[in-house]
Amino acid sequence: MLHDRLSPNPAIQSADINVLGARPAGHGSRRDFLKVSAAAGGSLLLTFGLPSLATATAMDPEEGGTAILNAYVRIAPDNTVTIISKNPEIGQGIKTMLPMLIAEELDVDWKQVRTEQAILDPAHYGRQFAGGSMATPLNWDPMRKVGAAARQMLVMAAAQSWKVAESECETASGQVRHKSSGRTISYGALAAKAATLAVPDLDSVKLKDPQDYKIIGHSIPGVDSPLVVKGAPLFGIDTVVPGMLYAVFQKCPVFGGKVVSVNLDAIRALPGVSHAFIVEGGTNLNGLMPGIAIVADSWWRADKARRKLEVKWDEGATSQQSSEGFARQAAELGGKTPALSLQNAGDVVAALKGAARVVEATYTYPFLAHAALEPMNCTAHVQGGKAEIWAPTQNPEPGRKLVAQTLGLDEKDIVVHMTRVGGGFGRRLANDYMVEAAWISKVAGVPVKLVWNRSDDIQHDFYRPAGWHFLKGGLDENGKLIAWQQHFVSFGRNGKFAPAADLSANSYPAGRVPNLSYGASLIPLGVPTGPLRAPGDNALAFVFESFIDEMAHAAGTDPLQFQIDLLGKAELLPGKGVGFNTGRARGVLEKVREVSGWGKRGLPARTGLGVAFYYSHFGYFAEVVEVAVANDGQVKINKVWAVGDIGSHIINPSAALNITQGGILDGFGEALNQQITIENGRVVQANFDTFEPLRMSQAAPIEVHFLTTDNSPTGLGEPPLPAAIPALCNAIFAATGKRIRALPIDPATLKA
Amino acid sequence: MHYTLHVNGQVHSVDVDSDTPLLWVLRDAVNLKGTKFGCGAGLCGACTVHLDGAPLRSCQMPISDVGKSTVTTIEGIGGTPVGARLQTAWLDVDVVQCGYCQPGQIMSAAALLTQSKTPSDDDIESAMNGNICRCGTYPRIREAIKQAARTHFGSAATEKRA
Repeated sequence: MLHDRLSPNPAIQSADINVLGARPAGHGSRRDFLKVSAAAGGSLLLTFGLPSLATATAMDPEEGGTAILNAYVRIAPDNTVTIISKNPEIGQGIKTMLPMLIAEELDVDWKQVRTEQAILDPAHYGRQFAGGSMATPLNWDPMRKVGAAARQMLVMAAAQSWKVAESECETASGQVRHKSSGRTISYGALAAKAATLAVPDLDSVKLKDPQDYKIIGHSIPGVDSPLVVKGAPLFGIDTVVPGMLYAVFQKCPVFGGKVVSVNLDAIRALPGVSHAFIVEGGTNLNGLMPGIAIVADSWWRADKARRKLEVKWDEGATSQQSSEGFARQAAELGGKTPALSLQNAGDVVAALKGAARVVEATYTYPFLAHAALEPMNCTAHVQGGKAEIWAPTQNPEPGRKLVAQTLGLDEKDIVVHMTRVGGGFGRRLANDYMVEAAWISKVAGVPVKLVWNRSDDIQHDFYRPAGWHFLKGGLDENGKLIAWQQHFVSFGRNGKFAPAADLSANSYPAGRVPNLSYGASLIPLGVPTGPLRAPGDNALAFVFESFIDEMAHAAGTDPLQFQIDLLGKAELLPGKGVGFNTGRARGVLEKVREVSGWGKRGLPARTGLGVAFYYSHFGYFAEVVEVAVANDGQVKINKVWAVGDIGSHIINPSAALNITQGGILDGFGEALNQQITIENGRVVQANFDTFEPLRMSQAAPIEVHFLTTDNSPTGLGEPPLPAAIPALCNAIFAATGKRIRALPIDPATLKA
Repeated sequence: MHYTLHVNGQVHSVDVDSDTPLLWVLRDAVNLKGTKFGCGAGLCGACTVHLDGAPLRSCQMPISDVGKSTVTTIEGIGGTPVGARLQTAWLDVDVVQCGYCQPGQIMSAAALLTQSKTPSDDDIESAMNGNICRCGTYPRIREAIKQAARTHFGSAATEKRA
């Protein structure tokens, strides 16, 4: 078995991880696996692989007659059904949701189902990641087909046993029933036979009529929650491997800085410290960076030893960079012609000249950290050219690649266990902590658990990039938006945007304003950037939806009506996925007008309603925020109404509501509390006192409605967030007449 | 240094530096992983335990100051009526997203409900404001606390009738 090459079962006490440790999914040719591969256009092809099926035994000798029907489904004689969840669980509820899809079409009762986390095994599972709200659109069809195929095999097995036609059989609650005779047999009794049958072509399997759904569309509590509330050791940071030591890794506070000299001898002499060494590292900000590793017999001692480090750093060129300097450069560049032309429709210069009314504004937002509550960590055991890794990662496959390349290992010699993840938000799409742990284990020659402290986490992130937008909008004499000019000053070099710092040419309102130009100028950046929940949109929604609101007020039109008029007729505009559907956007706006009582309620002084919508990661959300601004400028959100359209089904309503509220609150946290400041090439903030996530006292009640539309279901990790920020800022304008054009919101500017 | 620690009704003998925070003693010496490391500075509440029944950020308490006090962690709180009710409510309300903060949330909530049988929204807010939930499950945390309080009120009323 794969994991046995290195060490006995991990001592981690999670039931799920233990099962995995004992039985990794990759049993190779003994099983007929589903083959999943990426196809052109980003969709997934899913077929059964049929190598050596004739000789394959699908019985698992380790599990007392449990039959393995495919890579995702095992059925035990007692009719317990184990369903594998292939993607990392980061709190998005995937370990519940993916098995729900399979269980529905398999036609079993949820109470029969156990779910299990897969290890990294893309040869059998395809891509295994948590990001971009992609799990639902990528897996809605394939996972249902997996369940339906397994069901079909069970029906075939029953029909053969009874010597009747398959069409005479039906299924329910994990049983096959012969319709005319009323005979029934459990899946558990059939599974061994079913596992010897040919696997049906996935394109031929029949899916249920959605009217018959018993699991999809019903709230299923998180499968691991009973363990979570008891404090069971599920997370990466809880991993224990026999003989492991604890590691910390000190990098240069300036991004890209190198170690010149360090008092290693003094560090090695400290209590409990077993190893202290320089890691040369490289220059790839996503890879293994230079630093000093300290390994000790407890994490506390390792971290304490770090405080005695005396390091001379070569800070490098990034030490010249600062937020203040970026702002200065941005102001300068904003007054010039954009270096890059991204979109140019009509004649925006002429249209602005001829406009009845022109509004000009500059919007800006800061760098942001992710600040997942579980600090970055990873446990690794590298030995004899092989590695075993326990990682709380959103993106294990590139992590394994990075470890292989950096340590000179073969990818097939690296086993990656995906632990439960204490928050991702995009931070754990990068795997820097994974390669650090692997490297330190290799050099130290022992299994190590690397745990970052909070300062490491906040000061060595891949930040949501700051940005500056110089905007001009023009209205005609009827108050119609006829011109939109936007110069985006962002980060990058040689005409290429830094990660997560770009602007799509199709961004709305492109396609709806006849004269529109988007241009960009780039500032070189030594600070690593990357995707933060709803990447791009978490910043751009603030800019676009606030400025549309400004134009509505300039036109003297109700902002919500202005939005609906601007969207115009229902059609598909170029955009992400299948494109941006103006009709779906109108749908959520019209519904939020209704449920929020927009325009129909009298409000006290310094209280206001704001609206915004956004199309993000295939989902449509319109949100109305009611805000009260105190005389001292303090902002209190009274209530939020959110309407989402993510397609035909809300797969798990309880989880959908939870993550929608969480996404909106995350947006409020960014808008109200958060900024990362760069000084001398390093991050100023270091903990939750200076970089503060939203707290309960700031969490407003949020009423959520979903419109179900005739579209394939899509995800919810990102879509609810972007509109929350401009809806809040537009509400503040309605309450105070003061326009928020810089984040985070500064109460000092809102005093009565 | 040797210390004798009373955790969840059991006695543990540990050998750690005197400045080791209770958090790390629990996690790495006693191997109770439910108490979480979030900030190391008493800012996030993930490491909340009870010391003689009162809530405490265990990352801020050196083992040398624990003395003979009894420690209750998330692994033990289910043994108290309030803790058990809260855990049930947490599941009924389906509070959890990533779940990392939830042990600390439940420990703070248990301290609150021990003090105040029917807390107001303001009481809940002031007891819970030191616990960060990065996933934003606050509406459900609030609801679960209220449900646990109601359950208690219900059971108290039943007892009275009986």
